[in-house]
Amino acid sequence: MSEAGVRRLCAANLLRGCSVLLAATAPRFFLDGFSVLGTPLTWLCACSVSVSALSVVLNAALGPSPPPRRGSLAHKVGFLKCCMYFLMSFGRAFLSLNTFLFAVLLSTFTTLQCLCVLGPNIQAWIRVFSKNGAMSIWDNNLQITTVCSVLGAWFGAFPIPLDWDRPWQVWPISCSLGATFGYLAGLIIAPLWIHWNRKQLTYKSR
Amino acid sequence: MGRRFSTSRVGEEERVVFMGDDTWEGLFPKMFHRSYFFPSFNVKDLHTVDNGILQHLYSTVDGGEWDLLIAHFLGVDHCGHKHGPDHPEMAKKLLQMNEMLRTLVERLGNDTLLVVAGDHGMTDTGDHGGDSEKEVNAALFVYSKTPLFGTDPPEEPEVVPQVNLVPTLALLLGVPIPYSSIGEVMAELFATDGDAVSAALQQLDVYHINANQVDRFLRSYSLVAQDLPTEELQQLQDIFSSAVEEHAQLVAHVQEEKPSSPELQARLGRLLGRFQRYLREARAVCARSWARFRPLRMVAGCALIAASCLLCYVASALPAAPDSFYRSCLLAPLLWGLAAALLLGLACAVMQEGLDLLVVSSWAAAVSQVAFFWRWWGRQPKRAHSASSHPPVASISLRQRLQACPALAFPMGILLFRCGAMFSDSFVVAEARVVPFLLASLVALLVGKLHWDGRLTVPEGPRQQLLSSSSYRKESWHLLYLVAALLLCVRLSAAFHQCREESPQCRPSLFLAPLAGLRDARAKNLFYLACVAALVALVCAVRRWLRHCGNLNGSEPAVLFVRWGFPLLAVFVACYWAVASSAEDSLGKLQELVHVALVAFPWAVYGLVGAGLLLVLCKPVTVFAKDTRETAGPIVTPYLGVASSEVDFLHVIPQIYRRMQESLKSHLERGGCGAAVAAYGLGSVYSAALVIALTLLAFLLLLLHSERLSLAFLLLFLEAFVLLHIHARARKPFSVPWYAVISWLLAASQFFYSTGHQPIFPAIHWNAAFVGFHLDHSTNLLPALLVGANTFASHILFAVGCPLLLLWPFVCEAPSTQRRKARKEPREELHEEEEHMMEMRLREAPDRFSAALLQLGLKCLFVLGMQQLVLAGMLMVPHCACWARRFLFEALGFVVSSVCLLLGILLVMRVDCAVSAWFSRLQLR
Repeated sequence: MSEAGVRRLCAANLLRGCSVLLAATAPRFFLDGFSVLGTPLTWLCACSVSVSALSVVLNAALGPSPPPRRGSLAHKVGFLKCCMYFLMSFGRAFLSLNTFLFAVLLSTFTTLQCLCVLGPNIQAWIRVFSKNGAMSIWDNNLQITTVCSVLGAWFGAFPIPLDWDRPWQVWPISCSLGATFGYLAGLIIAPLWIHWNRKQLTYKSR
Repeated sequence: MGRRFSTSRVGEEERVVFMGDDTWEGLFPKMFHRSYFFPSFNVKDLHTVDNGILQHLYSTVDGGEWDLLIAHFLGVDHCGHKHGPDHPEMAKKLLQMNEMLRTLVERLGNDTLLVVAGDHGMTDTGDHGGDSEKEVNAALFVYSKTPLFGTDPPEEPEVVPQVNLVPTLALLLGVPIPYSSIGEVMAELFATDGDAVSAALQQLDVYHINANQVDRFLRSYSLVAQDLPTEELQQLQDIFSSAVEEHAQLVAHVQEEKPSSPELQARLGRLLGRFQRYLREARAVCARSWARFRPLRMVAGCALIAASCLLCYVASALPAAPDSFYRSCLLAPLLWGLAAALLLGLACAVMQEGLDLLVVSSWAAAVSQVAFFWRWWGRQPKRAHSASSHPPVASISLRQRLQACPALAFPMGILLFRCGAMFSDSFVVAEARVVPFLLASLVALLVGKLHWDGRLTVPEGPRQQLLSSSSYRKESWHLLYLVAALLLCVRLSAAFHQCREESPQCRPSLFLAPLAGLRDARAKNLFYLACVAALVALVCAVRRWLRHCGNLNGSEPAVLFVRWGFPLLAVFVACYWAVASSAEDSLGKLQELVHVALVAFPWAVYGLVGAGLLLVLCKPVTVFAKDTRETAGPIVTPYLGVASSEVDFLHVIPQIYRRMQESLKSHLERGGCGAAVAAYGLGSVYSAALVIALTLLAFLLLLLHSERLSLAFLLLFLEAFVLLHIHARARKPFSVPWYAVISWLLAASQFFYSTGHQPIFPAIHWNAAFVGFHLDHSTNLLPALLVGANTFASHILFAVGCPLLLLWPFVCEAPSTQRRKARKEPREELHEEEEHMMEMRLREAPDRFSAALLQLGLKCLFVLGMQQLVLAGMLMVPHCACWARRFLFEALGFVVSSVCLLLGILLVMRVDCAVSAWFSRLQLR
């Protein structure tokens, strides 16, 4: 664990957070009547597109793992596998547009990040998401953001039955909001946690 | 509310015109001369009803074709619910109402009385239903063009109880006061004309009528029910009779003389006061004895439940201590409690007081709880002392405790969510969806935790991931498939939900209606086939499982029952469904036959289920023993006759050969020890008995439900099976962890909803009372039992099946490829067969077995009791009268679950006894 690595991680997280915020605000300048609560589906699309684009770019630019040689067969197969996993993570969400968009968002926050960092390698996934399995700060970051996103989505389901009659209490808006807030929280928590436990982490990486 | 005096039209039918809320249509169908109903269900719709009324109101008033006009406006109420009282919408609504009143007052005739009344107020949030000042106070406005009050109306408006509206309006309309009304007429409205004396006489007349009606009601009521105190009733009657007497005298006096002396006026005033006093006191007496909460008892009851929950928790957290400890900690307090009850009973008998069973039993419970806690506390310091004497032990246990904390926190958090959800009305309404969500979350959390702890992978160094992947795949994919199956079950079970009245857009599940109501013959046949297929699948699955465990061998009565009784039961149920679903379009000649069949088939099922349960209770051991011990008898079976031909040798030689082979094999296997008994199915003897009992119960409950819910029952069995397998894979034996208990009970509540029930009265399946009975019951007990069994079907099944949580990991212990699990006797060789012991491990450690069973029961009771505690606590908070109904269901479910839990545990203990007897018989042989 090096200072530079942590700094890079912080920058990446900052960029990701900005992209989420940007996705919530920027479309207002292009689209009339855009707001997160008013046109949630547009926001969902914007958010997933911006975050996934940024993730891919970040992965290419300051990726933690050296990218495989371009154009090679393994690369192509890996890319196809990535797409397949990404699609698989939607589950049975194709039944309705709402659910589908929510699945896309959640997959962007979780599966896509994993794919970018770990690649289509099931064993690595299993390793990272188990106790003492994270080998680098990137793994730790991944762990925390993913768990936070899923938890946020889970908690987002709780306001749905309440009778407050608020526009965001509808499936899947509250869950999407929860996932987004969870993701943002994860982006903030992860560097802090790494900073907190840096001694332990340096010990482990040896 | 507009109204016209109708005394001129006595003898003719009243012309009642109604406009507004369509709830009245259901309450008083076809009672109105004319009616304009508007949909009222949608609380967010502020204008439909009001605008509809306004459209018709003025023309109807002007048309004059009415004696009583009722206009039920809903906008203000809905606006309160939606926006609250201080909202611009509310201002608009109130302005609209004001405008309506102004217009209406202008159009009223001279002989019309306008009464504007609200049925309730609202809180600051715009809701109502509680008993706060703001909610129970409502406005009453009475207007007439002819002056109503002899004097000027009082500055400060008078407060009138709402019950007074009934007698007042009834007498104004010229109809009798409703029998059970305890209101007092508003006398001011009856003193309209003439001088003071005649006005007072008129008022006396209506008071007289009113008092007579109340008196009659109280008399007949006190004959039926004893809850009104007799002394007060006597006092009331005294007041009444004296007032009536004086009234008669006065009337006679006035008719003779007609004076208007101040003395008479004073007498009139006194008499009026007396009637008033009578009516008010009567109302007060009724209110006192009818709306009687006993806060002390409620608090005491809550405290008892809380203490019981704590007891369950503490006792279940005790380490598996020796038997004597349990005896001292649990049995002795029980005796204490009994002693306290006896003492209390004796005291009551000595004091010549009525023995209140409730008080006595709760005192007994309290005393025994105190005794338990005292003993438990007495043990605490000792433990602390022993821990301090070995500091390393203490630190280890502390660390372990810290590590165990999250393991406890997750399921407890889910339980907390479940209990906390009851605080919110919306969550109570949506509970049918909340419970499956929590169940799925809990199981997902469990699997996530297992993965996180690395229990799904083979323990090894982190560098050897490639090696680990294979073993991971095999084990954990299996678990993941199980989780997927569980989620699928949860998802599918949502198809069987009933609706609540609070959600008008919800449509009840298609599967809840009986097949007989289906018009389409083809759909009916298809559904019928599906139901029968579910039945057959249930029977086959259970038989297959029993065969897999080796409990379907031999000729024990229970085994024979499973072989032949189960299919027979299925046939009977299917026949009953066939007859019931086609009962209506059968031919006239066959009608009698159909009636006979409608009674005969259910009774056949009841009888078979009863016989089966008895059989399981009497001979629960479904073990097939193959004795291969060397017998003292001859090697070759004696063959009668002369051994002369080749055939005889052919008979003898194979026997000798087989015998030699067997003895050689046993010598090789046993190392010369020889004697062995192969017992098929011994390893799952406990669970087999439970599974058989559960299946029998399921048949009974299936019969009570409508046909298509058999699919839900199939799902129930599937989900329970999957849950058991998940827990069997995820835990260590001899202790059932909290998450298992909580998920099991969550599944029970989930299937309460998924068998088409809701905790509301309209959703009860009353038809269940008439399965096997032809529309007549001599007692109330039997239909109550049937409806109760129908309502709490899933509670019963899951509670009886609760001991399976303890047994299943032992059942699943053996490798699944092995078809028949054999366990060898005699006892001296137990160590050799360690890997096939299964449930016999429980017999190895009877102390731990009983302790584990006890702890399982306590954990279940704790989880059930926590929900009770929350609901009981809710009842004490004001505003929560609406929870009473829910509490009723929950409390009944709690009682049913607890009793069934005890029955299930008793069944396991009965099997234990039977297995002991079986062993001793085997040793005798």
